[in-house]
Amino acid sequence: MESQLALIEQSLNSRYSLWVREALEELPHNFIITDPTISGHPIVFASPWFLKMSGFSRDQVIGNNGRMFQGPKTNRKTVMEIREAIREERAMQVNLLNYRKDGTPFWMLFQMSPVFSKEDGRVVHFVGVQVPISRNKRLTDDGADVTWNEIVFGSCRREVCSDTLAKLGRVLALDTDTNCRGVETEEPCEASDLEKQSAATAISNIFSVLTHYSESTGRLVCGKRCSLPAAGLINSSLNIPLGRIKQSFVLIDPQLPNLPIVYASDAFLKLTGYDRHEVLGRNWRFLSGVDTDPSVLHQVQESIRVEQACTVCILNYRKDESKFWNLLHLSPVRNATGKIAYFVGVQMEEKCERQDRHGLSPEIRQLGAVGAVKVAVRSSSIGASCSKS
Amino acid sequence: MLTIKKVPTVVSNYQEESSENRFEGCGKNCLGKCCLPVALLPIYAFKKDGSNLNGNSVVKSSEEQPQICFLHNLLLGQWEDRMSCGLFRYDVTACDTKIIPGRYGFIAQLNEGRHLKKRPTEFRVDMVLQDFDETKFNFTKVGQEEVLFRFEQSNDQKSHFFPSAPPITADSKTSSVVAINVSPIEYGHVLLIPQVLNCLPQRIDHESFLLALHLAKEAADPFFRVGYNSLGAFATINHLHFQAYYLAAPFPVEKAPSKRIMTMKGLRDKGVTVSQLLNYPVRGLVFEGGNTMQDLSDSVASSCIFLQNNNIPFNVLIADCGRRIFLFPQCYAEKQALGEVSQELLDAQVNPAVWEISGHIVLKRRQDFEDASETYAWRLLAEVSLSKKRFQEVKADILEAAGFEEADIEENNRNHEGESIYEQPSPKAVAHLPQDCLVIH
Repeated sequence: MESQLALIEQSLNSRYSLWVREALEELPHNFIITDPTISGHPIVFASPWFLKMSGFSRDQVIGNNGRMFQGPKTNRKTVMEIREAIREERAMQVNLLNYRKDGTPFWMLFQMSPVFSKEDGRVVHFVGVQVPISRNKRLTDDGADVTWNEIVFGSCRREVCSDTLAKLGRVLALDTDTNCRGVETEEPCEASDLEKQSAATAISNIFSVLTHYSESTGRLVCGKRCSLPAAGLINSSLNIPLGRIKQSFVLIDPQLPNLPIVYASDAFLKLTGYDRHEVLGRNWRFLSGVDTDPSVLHQVQESIRVEQACTVCILNYRKDESKFWNLLHLSPVRNATGKIAYFVGVQMEEKCERQDRHGLSPEIRQLGAVGAVKVAVRSSSIGASCSKS
Repeated sequence: MLTIKKVPTVVSNYQEESSENRFEGCGKNCLGKCCLPVALLPIYAFKKDGSNLNGNSVVKSSEEQPQICFLHNLLLGQWEDRMSCGLFRYDVTACDTKIIPGRYGFIAQLNEGRHLKKRPTEFRVDMVLQDFDETKFNFTKVGQEEVLFRFEQSNDQKSHFFPSAPPITADSKTSSVVAINVSPIEYGHVLLIPQVLNCLPQRIDHESFLLALHLAKEAADPFFRVGYNSLGAFATINHLHFQAYYLAAPFPVEKAPSKRIMTMKGLRDKGVTVSQLLNYPVRGLVFEGGNTMQDLSDSVASSCIFLQNNNIPFNVLIADCGRRIFLFPQCYAEKQALGEVSQELLDAQVNPAVWEISGHIVLKRRQDFEDASETYAWRLLAEVSLSKKRFQEVKADILEAAGFEEADIEENNRNHEGESIYEQPSPKAVAHLPQDCLVIH
């Protein structure tokens, strides 16, 4: 079972050929790549330009979520819009206030685009491009656009000649002066057409690189969803909320004849010793073995048939063939129409510590996982009837 | 006296019982003086926190692992447990819910089980402040099985959970509890009852409002929202309580644009900003910011206190983990009592409380659900709103009461050198240029 760090390493390596990192690093853009299939939706790549702009080192960024760059004056509504776009797996563009490592805020145009797997239409990565906005989008009284577009700085400020320093100072002061009562840094800043073009170009270049380097692995990606998500697997937008649940659990699809597992949490893989691809699609009974009591299996099967919850203690086998007693809690999970979409099975190894450090009993922890799954599935399907794309 | 007739929502399985047997040993294991009370319930003690709600997020993310946080797990786990005990009047996850196509995405739910087929009761709607009435149902009469845990501040900088015997120093008299709502409108629908044994009537005070904010913050999930209905704005029980539940979708009101209208000045500046909702059927205010959580909480609480003292019914929505708070003065009940609401809207029997106003509308009849449109939702909610003129008056008064001073934010379109409410960027800022390279395309 891989560690979080290993998963992050693998994120790019498993889909693109080895030289993708070098190619991405050569692009003259500020951008990050995140992986929504890993718990926490972490950043798996950050361009050198991005690191320079934000002031963080690579180690400080990789593995963290994009919200690390937000701060007190970041507009909460904008944050919500980004969250929604991720959930709905669509591209979007907003003006956003971010913070550098030294705590100074800056406005930037943030453009985000999902990367789809060509074979099954699932989202495998998100690309986020940042274009800092130059400070001057306020209109004068007569409506003229006071632009500073004539000032183009392509390199370190140290190289700027001194007579423009005053102008630069004013521009940067507006950026970084946190003495301002707040209206300045809080009033939304509009990106210019030039900045928007810059973002679009960046996205295009990044996607070219990703597409090219996915060809050699055969695991092609593209910028638009090219095929419908494979039947029998869950909607990939469920990945993020399900990825936050710490307990061992699986989702079973009761609509398919062999009742396959369509989702397995990291904790489940750790408990049983299997890899994800060894588990998905298999019948839920695959953990049982020679000494498993068949009447217990039957009891679970019955519960699924009559759409009831049940709790059983069942003897299961890990991949290495060692046995363990599994306190299994199974419950139907309905989607927004009220119909049963999945069954969730939460596993608990009998001998594990009775209470975690917070004092929650294992039973409550199990039920907490069930509740979280129910909220996620119900909510993710709430707009399903409307968005037919 | 203005009253309307409506069927009260049953929030506790004990709500409908007669009020006999309320004295010595009622045998129901309730929370009242007659039984062993609150003291033996599990406690969730949240950490004392004086810091800013937002904080600077420029920290290692290991400190804010976005895994399901502890209170979230506890609340969901307890709720699911009560579901399996059959304590709820119906399975809310079996209720058809959808987002209505449109700009804002109003959320409609078909819930036929929520409303009883019983005779409606009369509710007085012209008095926002009413004294506590012991003879009526209140939350000391709920069964202990309906209570999930006590919720109060811990004594140190950490959050704790005590599953059974709480520490001796805990004062159960002032203890607040989180209980289930047996007629939920979404998964995890709970009631927060501050100082349950003190039998406070349904009215906002600073301490209780801060508690509600803490609940939103501790759950650490922007989809777990806390709401409040005043009397006259469709609160059905005159015992101080807030409601909360999970819905992992944005509420229409959260998507509505807003315009900054107020901020505090000078020394009294607590960092709280107030905006007005634009382009939304119900006129309302949005409170954000605050140097500390208490600052934000106090601003809103003061505003609410003004409204209740002036007999204006209102609803409050605490969103975004307590970072954004919406305040809606309303007048629907009064209109209803005066016969000013169209029959069509009355027939749908929607009581526009905080969730409905925020955009989550529970419908009783299948036909209403099938036909639900954004236009209809808009029309219904527009009836709830104060008129433009009235709202302007009320707004000005609220903000004065809460200690805000008018600050003309239209400034941002004018010359900086004009009257500014904020300090000018000082020339010395030149020396404070950032270390990093600045790239302006």
